[in-house]
Amino acid sequence: MAFYVVQFLTGLASAASLFLVASGLSIIFGVTRIVNFAHGAFYMIGAYVAFTLTERLSGAFGFWGSIVLAALAVALIGVIVEMVLLRRIYHAPELFQLLATFGLTLMVEDLVVLIWGPDDLVGRRAPGFKGAIDFFGQNIPSYDLFLIVLGPVVLGILWLLFQRTRWGVLVRAATQDRDMVAALGVNQKWLFTSVFAVGVFLAALGGALQIPRDAVHHAMDLRIIVEVFVVVVIGGLGSIVGAFVAAVLVSELNAFGILIFPKISIILVFLVMAVVLIVRPWGLFGKPEAAARKTPGLTVNPWRPLTSNERLASLAALAIAATLPLFAGNYALTVGSEIAIFVIFAVSLHFLMSVGGLASFGHAAYFGLGAYGIAFLAKMAGLPMIVCLLLGPLLGCLGAAVFGFFAVQLSGVYFAMLTLAFAQIVWSIAFQWVNVTGGDNGILGLWPSSWAASPSHFYWLALGVAALVTIALRAMVFSPFGYALRATRDSVLRSEAIGINAKRIQWTAFVIAGTTAGIGGALFAYLKGSVFPDNLGISLSVDALVMVLLGGVETVSGAVIGAIVYKALNIWLVSQTDLSKLVLGGFIMLIVVVFPKGIVGMLEMLAQRRRKSSPPGSPLLAKPIESAE
Amino acid sequence: MRARNTIVGAAFALLTSGMAHSALAQDIKIGEINSYSLLPAFTEPYRKGWQLAVEEVNAAGGINGKKLVVVSKDDGGKPADAQTAANELVSSEGVAMLAGTFLSNIGLAVSDFANQKKVFFLAAEPLTDAITWSKGNKYTFRLRPSNYMQAAMLVEAAAKLPAKRWATIAPNYEYGQSAVAVFKKLMSEKRPDIQWVDEQWPPQGKIDAGPVVQAVAAANPEAILNVTFGADLVKLVREGNTRGLFKGREVVSFLTGEPEYLDPLKDETPEGWIVTGYPWYSIKTPEHDAFLKAYQAKYNDYPRLGSIVGYQTIKSAAAILAKAGSTDPEKLIAAAEGLSMGSPFGEITFRKIDHQSTLGAFVGKTALKDGKGVMVDSSYKKGADYLPSDAEIEKLRPKD
Repeated sequence: MAFYVVQFLTGLASAASLFLVASGLSIIFGVTRIVNFAHGAFYMIGAYVAFTLTERLSGAFGFWGSIVLAALAVALIGVIVEMVLLRRIYHAPELFQLLATFGLTLMVEDLVVLIWGPDDLVGRRAPGFKGAIDFFGQNIPSYDLFLIVLGPVVLGILWLLFQRTRWGVLVRAATQDRDMVAALGVNQKWLFTSVFAVGVFLAALGGALQIPRDAVHHAMDLRIIVEVFVVVVIGGLGSIVGAFVAAVLVSELNAFGILIFPKISIILVFLVMAVVLIVRPWGLFGKPEAAARKTPGLTVNPWRPLTSNERLASLAALAIAATLPLFAGNYALTVGSEIAIFVIFAVSLHFLMSVGGLASFGHAAYFGLGAYGIAFLAKMAGLPMIVCLLLGPLLGCLGAAVFGFFAVQLSGVYFAMLTLAFAQIVWSIAFQWVNVTGGDNGILGLWPSSWAASPSHFYWLALGVAALVTIALRAMVFSPFGYALRATRDSVLRSEAIGINAKRIQWTAFVIAGTTAGIGGALFAYLKGSVFPDNLGISLSVDALVMVLLGGVETVSGAVIGAIVYKALNIWLVSQTDLSKLVLGGFIMLIVVVFPKGIVGMLEMLAQRRRKSSPPGSPLLAKPIESAE
Repeated sequence: MRARNTIVGAAFALLTSGMAHSALAQDIKIGEINSYSLLPAFTEPYRKGWQLAVEEVNAAGGINGKKLVVVSKDDGGKPADAQTAANELVSSEGVAMLAGTFLSNIGLAVSDFANQKKVFFLAAEPLTDAITWSKGNKYTFRLRPSNYMQAAMLVEAAAKLPAKRWATIAPNYEYGQSAVAVFKKLMSEKRPDIQWVDEQWPPQGKIDAGPVVQAVAAANPEAILNVTFGADLVKLVREGNTRGLFKGREVVSFLTGEPEYLDPLKDETPEGWIVTGYPWYSIKTPEHDAFLKAYQAKYNDYPRLGSIVGYQTIKSAAAILAKAGSTDPEKLIAAAEGLSMGSPFGEITFRKIDHQSTLGAFVGKTALKDGKGVMVDSSYKKGADYLPSDAEIEKLRPKD
């Protein structure tokens, strides 16, 4: 019995650390709607700074002072980031801020190694909390007890802050309806900055408090960020109490789950999230999102098919791309094939995100399923390449049909997180089912048949498929189905009122996007000759998001450019420098500030302006959208 | 005038670049790939190790008079990126062979690439048994003692322990799984009386150490096998120390004696664990002394195991290239098979049967000295003594 009590308390201690970080993320999202990918990075910097300070300042006061000081210092960094970077892009399309925080995260990962060195750092233990307390023969670390108390204390302080201060009232109001708060004359700038500072403070505090029990190293951020997102979503976005309950739920399920299924930790949080979201679409304590009041910026710059000149230009670009084998070597051709494959992948996600308004955080699942489809068909059934290429993507299609059905019941960030949960579930199956998938050692030896084996032939194959896919998806955008899909994106209510079955349309779009991603994955398997669980992983899903956002989410085919720029730059940087993350992150942040609508989005806007400035254009279209906000 | 200047300049540039290129053609290039950005704690000393080796090889006249050049690429910890890098090295840089890699899945990806493109590949670090056995191919050789070999070395010491109730803690991925599987198999062969009472599989890099330690303690084992390393190991040790998990229990642990993993533990180093590792401070052989001296002179730092691996990878590659007298992959394979050479750990041989080198490892016990973790009572285990019989390997390895 004593054992179960101690295990429960251990779970509570884990929950407290998780809660600190999650509460900060929840507050930031609730008010600013920023999906703060850099939250883990702030957590990590908190730990590093606290490590340095605790090594310098001695004594009990020195230790605790250092922890608080570290959190404050990092909060200050957060303020600078918010003012310099994020403030410029609040008006950018939804999720665009994700790109900025992603760039920041990349930079921080390299920076901490440059500043603190590559070795794992082990900090001091907390003065007064070094030992353990005996509980009927079981040991409970006293630091765990400290954390168990700290969690509810922080919860209480936050509650008082939100319920009893004017600032808290404003924060709650903004969480519910920030446009209305702005309309009532509240200075949003400072509200957002202060909220961001509080959120970052909590993240850094969470990181700093880890140093007596963890090692400080440069991958701490990735270790926590996804888990924290999951906790926030399970609890309900913007709900502090929800974050607390979710943290306890997840930690306790893990503490007791490993007694029965020792391998469960790898997937547990995602299973819990999937179940919670299917049963309660807004998390445990969340409320349905209010219908978006503002119409997307698209209305100003309506989509249209390419003019015949633009068509010719695109064909010319394609023709030029097709001549690459005449002068480029094998390496350039293989890189070209890889870029073409990522164009397919990015375009498929773009179709779902831009046309359907459904941002998937787990799109790699269908890419990877396509790749595994090839692996199964080629290795187990021994089918020839052509047959595999035709049938392999069907696995992606199947996965998208099953998961899409559940996912489209949700919207916004909840949709995104459910797709992430499904992707992680697929990933862990590929990772764990060693007999079939080979686990993380993957499936090897999937090289293309002789007709496609030479780099130039494979390049033409990939380029041709990429062109066909892009054209097909574009055609779909301007088909009746595409119009129906855009209607569901812009207003579910109105589209249903005119007889569109929104869920079925969205589901169909999800399946189309998943199958297309599967085609990309199938080609990727042949390009690399092997399949690994990585092909389904979070980082690949994030890559796809970055490509779409970089290209411009409000454009028809911006993802093509986004994929080419991001992938080419990534491959080049990784090859040229060990600090590729630092440079790439910096580049992304620069793009975010200079092109807040994405590369293609910005070019289109410039073209639009020029067209309008010469002859006075339609007065309806002349007003830039920013003024509407 | 201006235009002409530009043209002249361009022509000159072309000319000189052509000359630079022809000068490079005299060099022998090795393409090296590793997870520099993902695992800097291991790969920084590793890089220093191979840089030292390159310097030594060239100071001694290079490869049959030609200068040795290593072109190094980062794989970011992703198999797909490792293949892109391998492709660049082979297609654009024209390297004579590939070398390096740390993670098992990346090692396998590059090995498969090498097999497909018919390029010689010397895997430095990946421990998976598959790379030389079940997924072995004729183009791939491996330097470090494999999972199986390290397990066999540990089992030799572990079987002497009186403990009968064993629990295991290992990261939940291929390395952890196969380390536990081999250890269990070899251990149960030697000691049929052993019971396996609990197993914990925390996700790699994400151990929730408190509950794991409690769960293991609840099974009340007499001995524990640990396979976690890096930050996970730190968390496990800290929680285990606080909760008294290791008190009165024997612990056998993979890799923990390597400075990369032992040094961060500082004064929390648990004492008396049986570990594999690299006690650079207590190895007293002329070969190692020479290496240690050169390394410390160049870097003013002590070597980690990664330094040895990096150093010996390039030394081995140079020996193979020198013997082959050619960069033809078939000749390199012929040269490498059965080739013996010196190393800081003594003579090693690349076996013909499975392309595994006989580089060994040190087995010893952890101890605390001046607030730092060290390995004591250590002895070198030759790799050749801890490999299965040739008949067994024939069964494991596909025919070329």
